This record gives sequence, structure tokens and C-alpha cells, in this order.
Amino acid sequence: MATGDSGPMIDLDALAARIEDGCRLAIPPDYSGVAMAATRALIARRARNLDLICCPTSGLQADLLIGADCLRMIETAAVSLGEFGPAPRFVKAVRDGAIAIRDATCPAIHAGLQAAEKGVPFLPLRGIIGSDLLAHRDDWRLIDNPYEPGDKLVAVPAIAPDVALFHAPLGDRHGNLWIGRRRELVVMAHAAKATLATVEAVFDGDLLADERWAAGVLPALYVTAVAHAPRGAWPLALSGQYAADADHLDAYRRAARDDDGFARYLARHVAPRVAA
Amino acid sequence: MSARSLPAASSERAVLLIDVLARLLAGAGHVAVGALSPIPGTAALLARALSGGAMRVTVLGSSRHNAFTDGGRELFDCAAQGRIDAFFLGGGQIDGGANLNLVGTGSYPRVATRFPGSFGSAYLYFMIPRVILFREEHSPRVLVPKVDFISAPGASEAGVWRRGGPVALVTGRAVFAFDRARRRFRLTSVHPGETVAGIVAATGFDFDHAETVPETPAPAPEIAALINGPVGREIAETYPGFARRLFGIGATAEENKSEARA
Repeated sequence: MATGDSGPMIDLDALAARIEDGCRLAIPPDYSGVAMAATRALIARRARNLDLICCPTSGLQADLLIGADCLRMIETAAVSLGEFGPAPRFVKAVRDGAIAIRDATCPAIHAGLQAAEKGVPFLPLRGIIGSDLLAHRDDWRLIDNPYEPGDKLVAVPAIAPDVALFHAPLGDRHGNLWIGRRRELVVMAHAAKATLATVEAVFDGDLLADERWAAGVLPALYVTAVAHAPRGAWPLALSGQYAADADHLDAYRRAARDDDGFARYLARHVAPRVAA
Repeated sequence: MSARSLPAASSERAVLLIDVLARLLAGAGHVAVGALSPIPGTAALLARALSGGAMRVTVLGSSRHNAFTDGGRELFDCAAQGRIDAFFLGGGQIDGGANLNLVGTGSYPRVATRFPGSFGSAYLYFMIPRVILFREEHSPRVLVPKVDFISAPGASEAGVWRRGGPVALVTGRAVFAFDRARRRFRLTSVHPGETVAGIVAATGFDFDHAETVPETPAPAPEIAALINGPVGREIAETYPGFARRLFGIGATAEENKSEARA
């Protein structure tokens, strides 16, 4: 992708500015490298009407974006704060009808992204038939196996997000990102029109030059822009680097139970970026 | 993979449940355990220990007990390839037909109570031969006559491709077997201190039962020792707070702090 003379490296606010209002934004699950610093920047710039695609689930990131009124729609297989319980803003917004929800199941989201990866309009899946998910998804279709008429499968349409956003442990200045075994990030990037990443650390060199690194690299070919954000997944974990901040997540769980508490949380942890 | 489960009431009850679940896994070649499932995870590691290493166990969320390297889809593809023999599912509501609701109560989408979501249940229930339903809370609000939303159906019509499905339901009070042909649960044992009448009263759906039902056997001392020892230490990698609270294992100052809040 064209990145200009300065290369793919930009700052966090510039990265957040690339996520335009009304776009379809793909994010990874909590265990995979969540761009939380970029999410706070996105909230600080008052992003609106995003369609969020959780690939395939989310937690704090989706809850914050919902509570800060950044979303129009969420497609997800689940939203929860994990061991900290239900995601309070998600639960409230769905109950109030404040946000459109497309309930999915994990493999359907994976398959939709894989369809976009392959440039085909849909992929067929087993299972799901008889689930109310199918009854409520007018974009999922029952189709006949063309090789064995009468054998029904569920077709799920390609999911081609406008932007994929995540946090990787390491990136070089060419835009190559080391993601290790977190290959759901690769699928997201292949499927998305643009990929924006924050990186925990910057590698001075070429991550593709060493075979031991290369197999775990998402090449710059798929990467639009990168911002250096140390502890960029905080308060969530970054696998192999740091654990989730349990104190913070527990404080969030309690704060986000009501509108005032959530507003105070945002003022404390997100709004200062506006003044910065 | 389930709505948030309540913490085991006591170490003794948790050990009983782990023992019950591990016996249901006997003979499986590959057992996978979803996220946020400390008791099923411990049961799988116990079953592996009892298999003499013949059983493969994949614990999602673990680094040591999870060999997947191909991203989030690999669990589902692996199940679709027939490489996973047993799995656990739960639900905010479970009905007498073993239908699971992980979405919410009341009328969708503006539900009265919203659960996290269906996760992979709508798929894995079809793919994995031996699905064990586990929900510690045993009450009429969880075990309902009919779920308000079917995330994953307990049975399918003839002609719908299906390799897997429910074999049993284990709760904090009892064990049921599921008869796929009749689409009904049958009470197979009640945990110590429970009665058939008590289980009937606490269960919102009809099920089959004899007049008297055996008591769920207490774990053998050597099984309890395994759980409180090497197996407990193995699960502590993924669920440190759980292992410390129930087995007094793996405690560090950090975990003590996080436990104080739990």
C-alpha cells in the first residue's frame, strides 16, 4: 500500500484519524493483541457510526466503544469481560435497543473473513441449522450442496472490513509486523481494505530477513500504517509480554455499571488525550 | 464458551464435579475446553493424567496445554475435521431438549437479560461427538422448559448433517444423561445432600427418573490427591485464581491480590 516517503510509521492520533466515521472496523478477540491505546484515541476524537466486527468476540474494547457512542452496529459471537463478568455497556445498549446487533457464531465470522481473503462472495458452513441465529440473520442463507442436492449448508457472506485494527508485539520500520501464532490477525488483515496497527516495540531491521521470524510475520504488503504504542494493549494482556491489569478491569466493571460511573471512567482514562 | 459460571461453592464440591466430568471424558482421544471453564479444564487435565498420557487435551487460554498455531479458526476447523472427540458447553438457559441459550431471556433482540453471546456453540454442538453440558447453577431460571433463544439446538431433524451433540448434563446438584433418540434427559445421580424430589423442584423441564437414584460417588482419595496436587498445579497456569482458591495452589502475592477482589 502507498504509504508515502515517511514509511508506514505515524503517530497514534494520526492512526485514529484514519478510522473514518461510518466505516466497518474489524477488531481481534481479547487474547490476540487489542489496540487499546488506539481505541482510546479513537474515542477521544469522537468517532461515530462505526460498524464493529468482532473477530469473533470482544470485551473491554467493544464495551468502551459502545459506551462512548462510537458504534452504530456490532457483529459478534460474544461480548464479555471474561472473568470480570458481563460487559455492562454492551448489555445496556442491547437491552435499550441503542445499538443494532448481529449475533453470530465464531466460525461464521472466521469463514466470512476467509471468504473475503479468497475474494469469493461466501463460504458454506456445517452446523448452525436449527439455531435462532440463522432465523435472525437475513444475510445467512440455506443453500444446497451442489454436489449432493438435498444436503443443506449455511452460506455466510464475505466480511471485508474497511479497516482492521490491532496491537502487535513487534514491527519494523518497513511495516512488517511480527504476530507469532496469532494468525487470526493475518486473516483480518487479508480481508480488510486497510490495516492499522500499533506495535509494542519497533525492530530496527527487516523482520522478513530472518527465516525464524518470517513465518510469524504479517508482511507490509497488507499493512497500511503503524504507530508505536508501548503498553498499547493495556489494560488488556499482550500474550508473552504482559498480563491483563486485573485491578483496572475490576474497577472498570464496577464503574461501568451506571452512566455516571462510565462517564467518570472516560473522563479519567480517555478524555485527557483530547487536551494532550 | 458459556455464560459466566458461578464459582464452586466449596473445594469439596469442585473436586466432586471435576471427578464426575473426568469420568465422562474417559476414552476420548482429544478433549478441548473453551474459554472461562476452570472446572471442565481441570477435569480434562485429570482425565489426561488418568489416561497415562494417551489423551490429548487442548485448553483454550493456556500456553502450555494448547498446541494450536493457526489462529482463532483452528479450533473450529480441527473439530470439523473430526479431530476433537469431547467438549464442554453451557448456557444461560438449558432446556429439556438440550437446547442452549447463550444470547438472552425474553424477546430478541431487545432481551430482558443479555448473556455474552453464542460463541462457537452453534457449530461445535454439531461437530464434536461427545458434548458435555456443564452449568453449576441448578435452578428453574437456568434449567427451563423451553429456552427463549436457541443458540445451539440439542437435536436436529433427519437430513441435517450432524456428527455431534449432548451426552450429559452436569450441574452443582446432579448428573443427567441425554437420550438423543428420545430427546430427553434422564437423572443418573444426585450429589451428596440432594434428593430426587429436590432435583425435580429445582429443574424447570421434565426429565426421566427412577424413584430412587444413586448418589454421585465421592471421588476416590487418590483422585482427590491428584486434583489437589499435580493436576491442580497444571490448571493453575491458565486459572491461577481458581487453583489458589480451591486447591491452595500456585499462590503468589499478585494472585492473592486479584483473589481478594474476586
